[in-house]
Amino acid sequence: MIDYYNYPDHKGHFDQFGGIFASETLMLCLKELQESYAKLKLSKAFQNEFYNDLAHYVGRPSPLYFAKRLTETVGGARIWLKREDLNHTGAHKINNTVGQILMAKAMGKKRIIAETGAGQHGVATATVAARLGLKCVVYMGEVDIQRQAINVYRMKLLGAEVISVTSGSKTLKDALNEAMRDWVANVDDTFYIIGTVAGPAPYPEMVRDFNSIVGKEAKQQFERQVGGLPDALVACVGGGSNAMGLFYEFLNDESVALYGVEAEGKGMKTGKHAASITAGDIGVLHGNRTYVMSDEDGQIIETHSISAGLDYPGVGPEHAFLHYSKRANYVLANDDEALNAFHLLTEIEGILPALESSHAVAYGMKLAQKLDKDKHIIINLSGRGDKDVHTIAALEGIKL
Amino acid sequence: MSRLEQTFIQLKKYKNKALIPFITAGHPHPLLTVPIMHSLVKNGASIIELGMPFSDPMADGIVIQESSEKAIEHGMTLDSVLDIVGEFREEDKDTPVVLMGYLNPIEKFGYEAFVETAANSGVDAVLIVDCPPEESAELLILLKRYNMNQIFLIAPTTDKQRQMYILSQASGFIYCVALKGVTGAANVEYNDLSEKIASVKSISDIPVAIGFGVKDVESALSVAEYGDAVVIGSALVSLLDRCKNQGDVESAIKSFIKPIAIAINKS
Repeated sequence: MIDYYNYPDHKGHFDQFGGIFASETLMLCLKELQESYAKLKLSKAFQNEFYNDLAHYVGRPSPLYFAKRLTETVGGARIWLKREDLNHTGAHKINNTVGQILMAKAMGKKRIIAETGAGQHGVATATVAARLGLKCVVYMGEVDIQRQAINVYRMKLLGAEVISVTSGSKTLKDALNEAMRDWVANVDDTFYIIGTVAGPAPYPEMVRDFNSIVGKEAKQQFERQVGGLPDALVACVGGGSNAMGLFYEFLNDESVALYGVEAEGKGMKTGKHAASITAGDIGVLHGNRTYVMSDEDGQIIETHSISAGLDYPGVGPEHAFLHYSKRANYVLANDDEALNAFHLLTEIEGILPALESSHAVAYGMKLAQKLDKDKHIIINLSGRGDKDVHTIAALEGIKL
Repeated sequence: MSRLEQTFIQLKKYKNKALIPFITAGHPHPLLTVPIMHSLVKNGASIIELGMPFSDPMADGIVIQESSEKAIEHGMTLDSVLDIVGEFREEDKDTPVVLMGYLNPIEKFGYEAFVETAANSGVDAVLIVDCPPEESAELLILLKRYNMNQIFLIAPTTDKQRQMYILSQASGFIYCVALKGVTGAANVEYNDLSEKIASVKSISDIPVAIGFGVKDVESALSVAEYGDAVVIGSALVSLLDRCKNQGDVESAIKSFIKPIAIAINKS
């Protein structure tokens, strides 16, 4: 049996995945970051400060909520929701930015940059930068800026400069490219807060660790509220930070089935989706080896999802590894299924899920239906849907 | 001995510096790439760096990004880049060609198939921007088998210890990046550069090429002082971007490249 806690190795490899595929200018900086993180990971003072911020600034622990009416409606396994939507700024993303800004502080960096898709990571980064009085620049694709206007304004209110990225497909992947270009040019004073478990080492490990509080809490809460271990965990996967956060604590618990839900967009046959593991090949993108959506010539292709946060042609290398080693199952939910799940959860539980998290809810319902009533599944409700209200209204032809 | 090593030995004999122009294959049009390569050689290029277009060129500035996008729009693929080198080789057996690009298209093509096809087309070396020596073991073995070089970069941020590591893996030449930033970015800090090159020269005898930020006779002259070769990319690519046909290309190269080639060899 594989001990999943042996990964990544000292070069940042998760078996054949991960690593550091970066331009030479960044290598020294990445090595420094790796060394600092290795030290801080073991530092009691750093960990205390991190957990203190999670408790008093983020508002942790987030509840593990039994969705009684959703369970009754589906008529299968008992469905529990890990309520990351109740965190400060509305999603799991803040767990990681709180951790990384402490790293930036420890390393004496004065300027923060970030990329963002849906804007949740951008907001979470602008938030922690404001709190520490650090200059913050957020790169965001022009297309995403249009579909996430509220988050753009929130970032500006928080004092961040939002730079519109007009190259390539003008979405998350291009924002990441542009942030990398900024970093190469300003590597001395700038800390790059990557928002997902991708990028070159040590980011996949670091972002996973900062988010692993989600699974740690869920495990304790489940033990206390129910007893034993849940039967399955379900989380949506774009880059995969909320899923890694929930899964990590359970990786060596073989009896717990893991489901990562990729965005099927308008359907696999249409090619308009963002399912990198289901439909992609092993390749190299944004500093790591992983599953990548590219054409026959290896050019990265444009992805589609109703949710900007899942609209990414790669996936974190640890997910690639969990897929390759068959520890986790990567499954699909399409735009319509996500929308239906959004409405259902809103109507019967009074919880507006983010469109990203709605994918997890959609698949979680399917899974629950197939399982016996004495089984338990935990769905990571990674973010709240307030940011998506305009998108949904527009889709349904409603003028606000 | 590889064509690249031979070229540097010849240059050294006459105390000359190599001019290495960078162009993106398939830009401004696939049919113009081979004529551009010949014209570069005619006007004083010693080595040609041929960019393999990639959709997400993270280390490149806007000029090379846009040239890649255009080349891809014109249907340029890795396969057709290799065909271009083959066509160039039919007439030019001596000028080394270095392919420069990103790893994902090569991952898709397959390392072995790529190296074998590249060798058969007459490629001399490859420079993969997002593949540092730490991740190059597999590619290096294949390239050696086919007598090709992998070119590595040394950046302003590369410290002495790492320079030693990179130089122990390097062959052909070493590419010193003159500035912190993407290709075609602002100005070079010559003091830092001269220190960096002196450090590299104290570790290894390998020829040193300097690039990023070289844009005209003046900047080429300033960096030629320190190294064995000067790479000029974005400035040339943006000039070629305005060319419509072979006539435009030839006059642009003659007026831009020739004076630089002459200048760096007079100093």
